[in-house]
Amino acid sequence: MASVETVIEDHDIVICAGSGGVGKTTTSAAIALGMAARGKRVCVLTIDPAKRLADSLGLEELGNEATQVDPKLLEAQGVATENGGELWAMMLDAKETFDALVARHAEDAEARDRVLNNRIYQQISGALAGSQEYMAMEKLFELHSEGRFDLLVLDTPPSRNALDFLDAPMRLTQFIEGKSLQIFIKPSGMAARFASRGTGMALSVLKRIVGFDLLADLSEFFTAFSGMIDGFQDRAHRVGSLLADQRTCFLIICGPQGEPIEEAVFFHSKLIENEMNFGAAVVNRVRYRLGTRQVKVRDLTERIDSELDDADLSARLARTLSEYDVLAVRDQKNIDLLAESLDGEPLIRIPYLDNDVHDIAGLCEINKYLFTDEKDRVEKATS
Amino acid sequence: MNAFIPEYLNKRLLFVTGKGGVGKTTVALALGIRAAMEGKRTIVCEVASTENASRLFSQAEVGFREVEMANDLWAMSIDPDEAMREYVLLQLKVKAMRDLLFRSRMFTYLAAATPGLNELVTIGKIWELAQLDRKVKHGRKYDLVIVDAPATGHGISFLQTPRTFASIARVGPVHTQSQQMAEMITDHEQTGTVIVSLPEEMPVNETLRLETELTEDIGIATDHVIMNALYPETFSAVEVKRIGKLEKSDDPELRAAARAGASLATRAGAQHEQLDRLRQMVKTEVSTLPFIFKPELDLKSARQLAEEIA
Repeated sequence: MASVETVIEDHDIVICAGSGGVGKTTTSAAIALGMAARGKRVCVLTIDPAKRLADSLGLEELGNEATQVDPKLLEAQGVATENGGELWAMMLDAKETFDALVARHAEDAEARDRVLNNRIYQQISGALAGSQEYMAMEKLFELHSEGRFDLLVLDTPPSRNALDFLDAPMRLTQFIEGKSLQIFIKPSGMAARFASRGTGMALSVLKRIVGFDLLADLSEFFTAFSGMIDGFQDRAHRVGSLLADQRTCFLIICGPQGEPIEEAVFFHSKLIENEMNFGAAVVNRVRYRLGTRQVKVRDLTERIDSELDDADLSARLARTLSEYDVLAVRDQKNIDLLAESLDGEPLIRIPYLDNDVHDIAGLCEINKYLFTDEKDRVEKATS
Repeated sequence: MNAFIPEYLNKRLLFVTGKGGVGKTTVALALGIRAAMEGKRTIVCEVASTENASRLFSQAEVGFREVEMANDLWAMSIDPDEAMREYVLLQLKVKAMRDLLFRSRMFTYLAAATPGLNELVTIGKIWELAQLDRKVKHGRKYDLVIVDAPATGHGISFLQTPRTFASIARVGPVHTQSQQMAEMITDHEQTGTVIVSLPEEMPVNETLRLETELTEDIGIATDHVIMNALYPETFSAVEVKRIGKLEKSDDPELRAAARAGASLATRAGAQHEQLDRLRQMVKTEVSTLPFIFKPELDLKSARQLAEEIA
């Protein structure tokens, strides 16, 4: 099965999606590094890299703007970039991106400040569900339009559900459509005449629950936003189209446990349903089976003991292999399930490495598995 | 049973927080089982809609209702839509008024569009569960409500919601109720937090940050950090060397054993370094739970972990 390079070579945007804790950030960084080593100008947009990873990339001050990783740092790890490859990284700041977006769509400075200074806006701009996801896409869109890079790799925000990412533009639009509220809240002119008697009653009921104050604040918030709605919607639409574009491909990153695999299967079906380009599934931390037979602990203990002459140590070691194998068998079973639903599309298994990955050397280690074919992968992982 | 019960299980409300993928749900359930074993009437809640309930909860068919899982142990999955519905039902006693509201397009808009409203009604439901004088009819009284909180990132803002609403809505029922919730969450006599971590670089960093944010930004005390899924240090350094001899064996299974042994020893060593780092850097007390070598964690695993809680 294919190397990740063949999967993404015809695309200029790679989106790494998956639930929390499956190694998305590391995989994104590794892919970006690998492609830079292959002569591409790559930027990885990440959410929250481990400090040691950021440090090892020399990016202590990773901010909302792309920063280039010093080629010397890469060369020190044997990553040659004299063929024109560049590695850039940026950390997404949802609030800053949201603010910039408001500034872009506001009619004038006064309208802009009305939104930026609104208390509700201040509370939600960094925290609103889906806003991180949407802002990640927004930044992606912006960088893509600038055309500075050959390849953009997006590490999607941590969420319980990978699907949150696809839903984000819809949810943001829904949120902005809250403008409809102001018509009901402050009926005046035409709107008042069309507002039904039922709505008026519902409103008075609502006031009793929420209090007029909150309604008034919300109304002010949506009024402040109202001038920007068309701009926002247009933008959301274009961002959405970019996701579905031929130039974009999705990698599903997951772990080998039942829950992440189930989610990967589900997410894959959603990508197909939404006519998005699926590239490959990357399963991290896979325990490759080291043997093919089922481990018989007592028998194995005896055989180890005949070599080591230490019954207690031999028993512990035999149990260790047996425990490892239980998880390896599970991983294989889950991956078979995923493979079945992918129906021949690429699936890349990264072995569970003995050491945590948090520096360039670690990323290079992962790339030995990402940037090669299946046969070589298995050989490396089981030798 | 163990006569010793962790102090934080004596609270009325306990939030179990941490980065995604660290095993919050399992730990929350294990804590619940432990508390129930100590004779506390306990409910474990997960914050999720029906579509993305965790495996553990959906296998037990837990939904938006209090389901009895064992003696003194209940569970519930809090769906924000359901919580909103229940809230309105509690506020409006007249059926005609409720129908009017539920049918109203404006209400649907408001519910969907108001930032943080889902979080507010969810916390509202958690708060309601923790009341001695329950608002819902025939509500059971619980000694302890354990919440499997959303993954951090969204987690902090989740816990901040009541205070946000209390300040935005200056008067009215939402103000009063948000105020009550915020007071309860920050009252350390009643409410505690447990941070779940993993013995790896990123989760440890996240734990450090979470501790600071919880205590400084929200004013919630952190009671305990649980380092989850810790590998055993099965082999000494000398033993690792001896095992190494097997790598040259003709028997492929012995070579496999050598490899599995070396891998476990390396991982365990790195994990214990992370544990030491965590212990040095957090102010909160740290305890550990072992890695469970099972294909999937189920209720039985949670019970096993419950016994291990120190």
